[in-house]
Amino acid sequence: MSHVTFREFRSGAAQAIANPHLQQALDGATLKFRTDRQSRLAEIPDPDALRDQLKAIRSATLAHLAEHLETFERQAQAAGAQVHWARDAEEANRLVIDIVRQHGAHMAVKTKSMATEEIHLNPALKAARITSVETDLGEWIIQLAGEPPAHIVVPALHKTRAQVAELFTREVNRPLDPENIPALTTEARRVLREKFLAAGIGITGANIGVAETGSIVLVTNEGNGRMVTGAPPVHIAVMGIEKVCPTWDDAAVWLSLLARSSTGQPLSVYTTAITGPAHPDDPDGPREVHIILLDNGRSRLVGTQYEEVLQCIRCGACLNACPVYQEVGGHTYGNPYSGPIGSVLVPLLFGLKENEALPHASSLCGACLEVCPVRIDLPRMLLALRAEEATTKVIPWPERLIEMAAARLLGHRRLFGLLTDIGRVFQIPFVRGRSLRVPRRLNPAGARNLPSLSKRSFHAMWEDIKSEDS
Amino acid sequence: MTLKSENSKRVALMVTCMVDQVMPEIGVATVKLLRRAGYRVEFPADQTCCGQPFFNSGFREQAAALVRRTIEIFGDCPAVVLPGGSCTAMIRLEYPHLVEAWPDWHERALQMAAKTFELSEFLVHHAQWQPKAAAGAPRVTYHDSCHMNRLLHLKSEPRTLLKAAGCTIAEMDESDRCCGFGGVFSIRMPVVSNAMTAEKLRRASATGADLLVASDPGCLMQMRGLLAGSEGRAEHLAVVLEELTR
Repeated sequence: MSHVTFREFRSGAAQAIANPHLQQALDGATLKFRTDRQSRLAEIPDPDALRDQLKAIRSATLAHLAEHLETFERQAQAAGAQVHWARDAEEANRLVIDIVRQHGAHMAVKTKSMATEEIHLNPALKAARITSVETDLGEWIIQLAGEPPAHIVVPALHKTRAQVAELFTREVNRPLDPENIPALTTEARRVLREKFLAAGIGITGANIGVAETGSIVLVTNEGNGRMVTGAPPVHIAVMGIEKVCPTWDDAAVWLSLLARSSTGQPLSVYTTAITGPAHPDDPDGPREVHIILLDNGRSRLVGTQYEEVLQCIRCGACLNACPVYQEVGGHTYGNPYSGPIGSVLVPLLFGLKENEALPHASSLCGACLEVCPVRIDLPRMLLALRAEEATTKVIPWPERLIEMAAARLLGHRRLFGLLTDIGRVFQIPFVRGRSLRVPRRLNPAGARNLPSLSKRSFHAMWEDIKSEDS
Repeated sequence: MTLKSENSKRVALMVTCMVDQVMPEIGVATVKLLRRAGYRVEFPADQTCCGQPFFNSGFREQAAALVRRTIEIFGDCPAVVLPGGSCTAMIRLEYPHLVEAWPDWHERALQMAAKTFELSEFLVHHAQWQPKAAAGAPRVTYHDSCHMNRLLHLKSEPRTLLKAAGCTIAEMDESDRCCGFGGVFSIRMPVVSNAMTAEKLRRASATGADLLVASDPGCLMQMRGLLAGSEGRAEHLAVVLEELTR
């Protein structure tokens, strides 16, 4: 279970900030995505109107979520797919394992999927003695490293090519040159090609589920999605229930913003739509398609002040825009979902108390809201989560006491004036210029100088200047 | 020149707690600028804090008490001006919903929201004040503070004033990148906050400008905290404008 206390977040952040490789990777990747996103959006006539349209589609869909899901189920079944409902991670994992076992399979190939990261499917498969192989290059790298994704879209963002070469070398038992990137990718391609052909099961997520035809849409850049859903005889898709979309017209709006916001591409290299299993006369394709509709805490949010978070299309634009994410990286968030969306989604899905630090991992600068293709007001929800922490006493008592005392004090002008004037006297031995010289380990601001109180308050100075009014 | 009623030439200063206690010269400069723009400045002496620190850390009940207090204090003033975008955004965007449960307070909060302005916004749009270009005005770079830019959409106003006063503006990369302050965030997550500030200062110093100008006391305090001991200087818009228009 995920767990991010203040202490854990702070220490993870400090490690990330002290790691120059990681800082370079974060700066480079997020800057590229920010810039590319802007240029790709600038290419379309009215990107803001398109965002409004997607917002309208997403909120209207959530307002009738159950109906759209039922339509999706009916249409998917009509196309020959089998639809399963999973209340939580455990149910979803059990469904996957049962399907794999029914087919006597021992190996599954996977595409990158946040839903399967969320339910920790790989460890569950491993425990059931089923081998699962990630086939997205980035996801394979972190699988070999035994790490969670560092970014919603680019999971191995934090890995240098030297580290990748080391991981691949270990996997293929043969030294590989870190300077020769084409050779590294060729090696990955060779190894993964064997897995595609040997696997009995293909597992994917779903970027969109189109209700009117019961189709799922997969968005990939490496073509591995097509291999995973084409080569093995059985395809299992795990889809969060909020990913449903009523019509293909709606899906077109969604798709026109997804890759642009995410990787700054007009469309991803492959956009795959899957409607049921292969027909008898198709040369290939899965004989069985299973779609697992995953709730895992989502339906609980419908109708609450947090419903808006379900509009997320997992593009990762908020991560790339977030100045906090850019410093601390994905792992500091302690969950597969990182960045601003993770800071809201994780406490809501997996518990606020367990993830107490996440709502505070933000300066509330609003960059996330500015870039979100669905205009999800993440700052508003971060504030609401903080308010829940304050009222449910998640915040430790010394801090609550300070907050309450400070608010009280600021309610009494004369007392506030008196105490700050006393402070002016007591600070004298510590004042250097306009800063307070405090020993570093006692300084709550760390390496930053705290300001001293000015010699006189504005209130005191006003007495001198008020009569100057002409 | 249009004839204005007696009332429209009066304005109340909400100096903000940070300026009051840490950077009072910003308050003094604000008063002088408003006077130069032809306004009589009042200073309701009971004022303390807009309540934002408590709202931001989740202590809404405590924030609401300060909201009602502030509304009470500035209730009779025809207009309220603040030398900071963040507190202005708090009053304009958060006050009404924080006291929504009390219909009479809600009404008063809406009135307060409608008559509260950030300094550069007030000078440009309401006072329509045009500073004269000063000789030897510095080459500056301007930091867009988050709430002022993203919540109040005040991006051109401070630049208009700086240019009119003779400054050249050397824009930094991502002038709208957060300075790392974020109120209590800067104390709760000091290492992250300081790393963000360092990013900001790197971009600012890359412009080679003489001076880094900001409109929010919070950002200024944050950036100065890491600038201490270095060559770089950060100053509030009001102080810069006041010096150039003497």
